Amino acid sequence: MAGPKSSSKSSSASSETSAAIATLWKSYLDETPDRLKFIDAFLSFIVLSGVLQFAYCVLVTNYPFNAFLAGFASSVGQFVLTASLRAQVNPENRSEFKDVSPERAFADFALGSIVLHFFVFNFLG
Amino acid sequence: MPAAYPLPTDLSPTTVANTASLLRIIALALISSAAIASRLFAVINFESIIHEFDPWFNYRATRVLASKGFYEFWNWFDPTAWYPLGRVVGGTIYPGLMATSGVIYNILHALNLPVDIRNICVLLAPGFSAFTAWATYMFTKEMKDESAGLLAAAFIGIVPGYISRSVAGSYDNEAIAIFLLMFTFFAWIKALKQGSAFWGTIAAVFYFYMVAAWGGYAFITNMIPLHVLVLMLMGRFTSRLYVAYSSWYAIGTLASMQVPFVGFQPVRTSEHMAALGVFGLLQIVAFGQLVRAHVSSKQFQGLLFAAVVFTGAIGFFGIVGLTYKGWIAPWTGRFYSLWDTGYAKKYIPIIASVSEHQPTAWPSFFMDLHFLIFLFPAGVVMCFRTLRDEHIFVIIYAVVASYFAGVMVRLMLTLTPVVCVSAAVALSSLMDAYLDPTEPEVEDEKKESSTPASVVAKSSTSTTTPATPATGKKSKKSKDKETSAPAGGVLGELVSNVASSAVAANSAAPTQKGIFGLDTRVVVLLNTIGMLLFFVVHCTWVTSNAYSSPSVVLSSTNSDGSQHIIDDFREAYYWLRQNTAEDAVVMSWWDYGYQIAGMADRPTLVDNNTWNNTHIATVGKAMSSPEEIAYPILRKHDVSYVLVIFGGLIGYSGDDINKFLWMVRIAQGVWPDEIQEPNYFNRGEYRVDSEASPAMRDCLMYKMSYYRFAELFGSQQAVDRVRGQQVPAQGPTLDYLDEAFTSENWIVRIYEVKKDDVLGRDLKIANAFDQGKKRKRTKPTSRRKAISA
Repeated sequence: MAGPKSSSKSSSASSETSAAIATLWKSYLDETPDRLKFIDAFLSFIVLSGVLQFAYCVLVTNYPFNAFLAGFASSVGQFVLTASLRAQVNPENRSEFKDVSPERAFADFALGSIVLHFFVFNFLG
Repeated sequence: MPAAYPLPTDLSPTTVANTASLLRIIALALISSAAIASRLFAVINFESIIHEFDPWFNYRATRVLASKGFYEFWNWFDPTAWYPLGRVVGGTIYPGLMATSGVIYNILHALNLPVDIRNICVLLAPGFSAFTAWATYMFTKEMKDESAGLLAAAFIGIVPGYISRSVAGSYDNEAIAIFLLMFTFFAWIKALKQGSAFWGTIAAVFYFYMVAAWGGYAFITNMIPLHVLVLMLMGRFTSRLYVAYSSWYAIGTLASMQVPFVGFQPVRTSEHMAALGVFGLLQIVAFGQLVRAHVSSKQFQGLLFAAVVFTGAIGFFGIVGLTYKGWIAPWTGRFYSLWDTGYAKKYIPIIASVSEHQPTAWPSFFMDLHFLIFLFPAGVVMCFRTLRDEHIFVIIYAVVASYFAGVMVRLMLTLTPVVCVSAAVALSSLMDAYLDPTEPEVEDEKKESSTPASVVAKSSTSTTTPATPATGKKSKKSKDKETSAPAGGVLGELVSNVASSAVAANSAAPTQKGIFGLDTRVVVLLNTIGMLLFFVVHCTWVTSNAYSSPSVVLSSTNSDGSQHIIDDFREAYYWLRQNTAEDAVVMSWWDYGYQIAGMADRPTLVDNNTWNNTHIATVGKAMSSPEEIAYPILRKHDVSYVLVIFGGLIGYSGDDINKFLWMVRIAQGVWPDEIQEPNYFNRGEYRVDSEASPAMRDCLMYKMSYYRFAELFGSQQAVDRVRGQQVPAQGPTLDYLDEAFTSENWIVRIYEVKKDDVLGRDLKIANAFDQGKKRKRTKPTSRRKAISA
């Protein structure tokens, strides 16, 4: 979701907005820990794969609709689970997640992904 | 701190904690056994039998599952239902219930416990009620504390609103669904509190189980997004919310699509769109938060504006376009009838005809919930006082479920858990306040510290303290208020003292609240215990009297007080089973379809899975038409037997004549030219006596119900005991049907459809010919008699 959102903003162009985006990008690069950037790279990959699948569905065919749904849902699901992981391990959110240590967060993430992909696999058909 | 009664002081905190947890476990075990035991009235009063209508299908499906295995069950095509269409059972049911019983059956058999599948089905609902009590305990524990949890568990264990759907033998989807509902909500609250994807996944898995078990899963599908939306509108967005909802929705939605009956609905129908919309909104808000962390607020506002305009436009046109192209189905009829109670009656009589879809009568709230219904608002108000995220959930749940329970009787079931939870919160707050031994005598302490202000306080204390016992009785009436009011606040007469002492108390310790004296506590607590006792008595009484009838077996009381069992249904179904060909098609109104299939094992035209309105209307038309019109319909559908339920003899009011107007209405919906409801009334009155309208008197249903009924009374006037009307002595005649069987109390009457006449005549003419011959033979004798006399 991160990718299309930032491009959407540039499309509603005004010089002020583009300046804001530039600030945003610079601030992101400066302030984010490397671990989170790594997660973000994975997130943008998932977004790309989701967008590709969606474009295929719209432009070519949605024929095995369950297969499309399974693939797209795996993208979306993996995205939100990874984004959840990112939120949980983000040092800035430490105060919010008192019960979830980073290790626990990763275990949650792994479990969620396994359950998700179990259903994805079952739904592929 | 002074105490109202002494507490032992030589106990270590660990001992107290251990004893408390042991007591909790014992209490939960006792609650579970009470929940199970009170559901066994049906088995004790009658026998271990499957109840009512739908459970008979579930039972039949479970038998298939147990005997043939899961794959056979999954691919089961039932050619005997909806004759001649058949029914793809595997794809048109919620398999959760059968799968649960199947798993239990297989586990027990693996342990060499050869339990009959019927007993598993009968006892499944009581067993799961124990789990429900536990899930409610966990849920309420998150709201307040363990003691409130135990109260809630005790309430839900025996409250009639839930028992009505879960007595032994009521083998229906709701039996396990309420447990799943409560556990999903508990996991959701837990996920939200901790911000844990683990609990989100648990919630999703139980949501999946719920989807597989009950069509009411749409309640969860909309409750949780509504909760999230309200939290976001209140400005309570947190990363925990994001984690909990995203993990639940992403996994839960995909999982729900695994159930064949649900299929692609979560992405295609409007009922599920709210969850999807909230999911999208949450992503946008989360991304917005991320952006805001990195840019200044002014720039952020510019970005926000552009983004909101852009995504809003995209989303709106997207939804409109998809609905327009038919990708998203509009709301279904059942859903409309939730908003407009008159909708179903106008457009889909088949939905309105089901008694459990009727609006709820007010007394049934008291009947089903007893004193919980009074505590319920108090509990909701208490939720407002703390108002953490999970309390907002209870408040929303309370509002939504109250509305739905008022619209449809069967949705009382979804209201019951939240009533138990909030009543438990209210009652446990009350008990907390009155069991706490500490007394709020801050003034005394202050006196010792001897500040000038204490002189005022001292004087007020001396008046207040002796006055408390005198007003103790008064305080019990306003006990809800009292828990929140400051110590002296209830002393109505001593307003002036209150004012001065309150000022003094406020200046000293503004949060000091409490109860004075032992007698106040005892009075209030005795009252509470009294209420609880009455609740238990009421629950037991309602359960044993109102909700434990299998409705397959009826009972009446003899004049000497002993029980008289009326077993007409099974008598008739076994007659069908033993005396008719195995492929003989039985036509009846759809209510009895599952029972005929389950007990008589014969093909039926329509059954309780009312998916094909036209087919049901066909049966309605056959029942409400004269014989000449009905006969071709019967022959075209290969009907060999027609079964009607008739309560006129013993006063069984749920019979077909009372349901008949729905048959007419449903048939009218499909054939408005041939069947018209007003024709069945005589000047606006629904009558079955000599004043009955011609259409009524000629229709098949009337004829089958009252055929030879008057003969039973001999020379006396025949009376229909349900309608309280006198039936004409000259009863209806049948040309195309033959009476095949009538049960002991005439509740079930079965007619055989005559085959074509061997000589090729119309059956009516043939019949007239037969009777004509008889008349010729008898007439001369009677004439001779007349002459001789």
